Amino acid sequence: MNEVTAASPAYLNIENLWKAFGDFHALKDVSLDIGEGEFVCFLGPSGCGKTTLLRAIAGLDLQTKGRVMQAGRDVSNLPPSERDFGIVFQSYALFPNLTIEKNIAFGLENTGRKKPEIDARVSELLEMVGLEEQRKKYPAQLSGGQQQRIALARAIATNPGLLLLDEPLSALDAKVRVFLRHEIKELQRKLGVTTIMVTHDQEEALSMADRIVVINHGRIDQVGTPTEIYRHPATLFVAGFIGDMNQITAKVTDSDNVSFGGAETHCATHAFAPGHDVIVAIRPEDIIPYDAADGVPDADRNTLDVLVTEMEFLGSFWRCRLEHERFGDAELIANMSMNAVRRLDVTEGKRIVVELPKDRVMVFDAAEG
Amino acid sequence: MTDTSPTQMPAGPVIKGKLSRDDVLMRGGMIVIALYLIVTLVMPLYVMFSKSLSTYTFQLSQYEFQVSDEDGTFDGTILNAADLNAQVQAYEPSDLNAGSDGRLAVTPLFPEFSFRSPVRYQLRNTVADGRFLVGSTLTEGTEWVELDSNTFRRVQLRPVQARGIDNFVNYFSTPALSNSIKNSLMIAVFSTIVTVALAFGFAYALNRTCMRFKGAFRLIAMMPILVPSLLPGIALVYLFGNQGMLKELLFGASIYGPIGIVVGSVFFTFPHAFLIISTALAISDARLYEAATTLRASPWRTFWTVTIPGARYGLISAAFVVFNLVITDFGLPKVIGGQFNVLAVDIYKQVIGQQNFEMGAVVSVVLVVPAIFAFAIDRLVQSKQVASLSARSVPYQPSPNKNVDRAFFGYCTLIAVFIVGILAVCQFAALIKFWPYDLSLSLKNYQFNKMDGGGWTAYYNSIKLGLLTAVIGTAVVFFGAYLVEKSGGFKTGRAIFQMFAMLPMAIPGMVLGLAYIFFFNNPDNPLNGIYGTMAILVICTVTHFYTVSHLTAVTALKQMDGEFESVSASLKQPTMKLFTRVTVPVCMPSILDISIYLFVNAMTTVSAVVFLYSPTTALASIAVLNMDDAGDIAPAAAMGMMIFYTNAGARIIHMILSRGVLKRTQAWRAR
Repeated sequence: MNEVTAASPAYLNIENLWKAFGDFHALKDVSLDIGEGEFVCFLGPSGCGKTTLLRAIAGLDLQTKGRVMQAGRDVSNLPPSERDFGIVFQSYALFPNLTIEKNIAFGLENTGRKKPEIDARVSELLEMVGLEEQRKKYPAQLSGGQQQRIALARAIATNPGLLLLDEPLSALDAKVRVFLRHEIKELQRKLGVTTIMVTHDQEEALSMADRIVVINHGRIDQVGTPTEIYRHPATLFVAGFIGDMNQITAKVTDSDNVSFGGAETHCATHAFAPGHDVIVAIRPEDIIPYDAADGVPDADRNTLDVLVTEMEFLGSFWRCRLEHERFGDAELIANMSMNAVRRLDVTEGKRIVVELPKDRVMVFDAAEG
Repeated sequence: MTDTSPTQMPAGPVIKGKLSRDDVLMRGGMIVIALYLIVTLVMPLYVMFSKSLSTYTFQLSQYEFQVSDEDGTFDGTILNAADLNAQVQAYEPSDLNAGSDGRLAVTPLFPEFSFRSPVRYQLRNTVADGRFLVGSTLTEGTEWVELDSNTFRRVQLRPVQARGIDNFVNYFSTPALSNSIKNSLMIAVFSTIVTVALAFGFAYALNRTCMRFKGAFRLIAMMPILVPSLLPGIALVYLFGNQGMLKELLFGASIYGPIGIVVGSVFFTFPHAFLIISTALAISDARLYEAATTLRASPWRTFWTVTIPGARYGLISAAFVVFNLVITDFGLPKVIGGQFNVLAVDIYKQVIGQQNFEMGAVVSVVLVVPAIFAFAIDRLVQSKQVASLSARSVPYQPSPNKNVDRAFFGYCTLIAVFIVGILAVCQFAALIKFWPYDLSLSLKNYQFNKMDGGGWTAYYNSIKLGLLTAVIGTAVVFFGAYLVEKSGGFKTGRAIFQMFAMLPMAIPGMVLGLAYIFFFNNPDNPLNGIYGTMAILVICTVTHFYTVSHLTAVTALKQMDGEFESVSASLKQPTMKLFTRVTVPVCMPSILDISIYLFVNAMTTVSAVVFLYSPTTALASIAVLNMDDAGDIAPAAAMGMMIFYTNAGARIIHMILSRGVLKRTQAWRAR
């Protein structure tokens, strides 16, 4: 799936978008290309501008500056009714006084379709979302997840070229949410419709998107596949926002080494000049525990002799707090598998050796944070 | 990632959205309704305010005369009217102040004038825009006009218009007029204190005790809304008037005056205060009471630290609503005010009694000040009340307490007896032959066609007005509210519209009615044709009661998902389809509420329409007023009760209709 990138002919081009609310700029020079059939997630904390961007694409709230091209057509200043998209809102916005089938048929009317044709399409869509028996019911009689699927069916009824999902799952229970994630993704793959989903839930974005667009303070911080975003965060913000991350302030020694706490640590190759203030970061699950009895690994590796101060059982793994004089008051958090904990007999108060793999130690500009 | 993007937005034009057909339609609709409000509200008020600043005086120095000898020969002596008046003292300076229709005879300036004498006269204006009448012919320009004596006595000078605050100076320097300000304020403050206190007790009993018959009490409390405000006045005349059954209870005091007005005001404002306070008490949080109990606070302390602060916005709001209703009310003080002058009645007296329209406008301006003040404070308080109750609040459930429940039952019974008693007295008075001499029952007081006031036609006119107002008003108000709530962009336009929609609430009915005379009765106004027709009554009533209807509609629309319009647009469906298929059905309960509100008010209103009805469009509520004025008090009571029964019937129909509609269109509400 990751191959769908800007290389394939872009279906949607967003060029230098700005959105101003008085002096406040909700979008600052946002540019982005989205390929046909791609599933893109806008991810970011609340107030970052991701919904503003979606609404500009839909024409619901026009951008202040910049251009939006859809399928080669400049839609920058068109009203929503002259664009080509279907939309699902967080509230679903189902018409409460119309039955499920009438809700879905709403957009099919006045389009030159005959009644039997509309009925057939409604049945097809109801079947697609698995709610055929509910067709005569009213929205209030359905569960949240069912309403969500009806809203989705209504949005795709007219086969729009673009599907916009504005936090479609955030009003649902955790279980239903996981189930629907899968279902929406399946449906999107089957229809091949270009889809943009806005979410603040990183897990949702990681599991559903072909590409993730991380937005912070009105700017795009990074665009990439879920693995790229997770493995190689472009900024400290992305690193901290997606997944957990240990962060330590340090100074650059050379392009492969940084120093903190009076010693040097190898790190992934970076471009900062020696003496630059940086933040080194490593994910808790990248920290590898060793049994001291096995002998100390290669001298060239980053190994630390640490004290396990606290262990927290989280079901599939243990979260351990590690202390070392080089961290000062800070702690290192490491996720260790059940296996490793059992094998190495890790317990609170025990000293163990951990490795910080060189290529997993990321370096960011300290000025950014 | 290297950040190369600019930190400042580039200069250049901002993207201007292309308007969709729906946008154009909605903005067009909004402009039409805004224009409606401008023509029916803003322009009449403007004309009225400018009228209050118009003064008319006779400028004697602008007229010159020549008098011939008995042979009809003029010797060329030119006499100025101002000099003549200085010699003969025919007119006092105050005589020279006039209304717009003022006319001044010239013969008193010539003591030796006789219409039989052969002496001939010439007169002319000294300024080009001077005017005088010869008979009914208006003469302008500075040419000399020669007349014989018999024609000369039919010469009348016309006043000159000027702008200034003379009318206001005149008003405030005439104690007979400006005393009304004090009177009006006093009446309003007293009535407010009494009504709010009584209504609070009543609302407290209904919300916070386990007293019995709450439903019946609630129903009784709402009854006064169904009758014109002057009806309690009639009942009070029967009870405490010169031949009243309970006259002795007043120990010699007269019901005609402040006492009568206050008691009557308490009656007709009670439901308004009760409703507001009841809402405030109904939404209090039980957890606060539980906390108070665990802290061992005494009931008395809990009342002052939890109950009163919780209801304070309701109390303040109720106080200002009542104050506004009382100070702007016209019917009640007209019926029972006696010699006690209040502002609203002054307007009527100036306009209808003395034909002094300018002074009527001045009193209107004076009356608008406290009304706007009360209105502004009420709005301020209402905006603060939002979100006083969080979603997690637990509704308070009163627990039975025999003594308390019994005490409140007694209290509510007293109030109920007062309300029902007033209505019963009216009904009783309407059915007996001749109070207090012949108490046998008769229907002769219902032979309205035999009395002044418009007869049964007035009653049918009222129903017609009620229905037209309900249908047209609801359509205009709801559609207007929809456009202003749901159309995107166009912020300034929407803000102006909102302002216009709130304005009628602050304008007393008397003021609106008078403004309509000035505006629509002007022959130069192309809309002059509707003056004296049913149309102007409908327009005036819709405008008069616009604000509350608008707010009801806005509240209902705000509860609709804000994204319906977005979804509909994304599905390329016209907004009007969404409006008719979703918005209107979902809001149907509120739409019905607006129509019954307009109907009931159209049936009972007196103040605005009293200036606007014509012999063919007399109304029931006006008939009550006029019959009372003419001394036909029993028929007035009978007509008042007809209004009551009609409104009660309308409410019942409204209830049945609401239930039916709810069942049909709101099936989705059931889970």
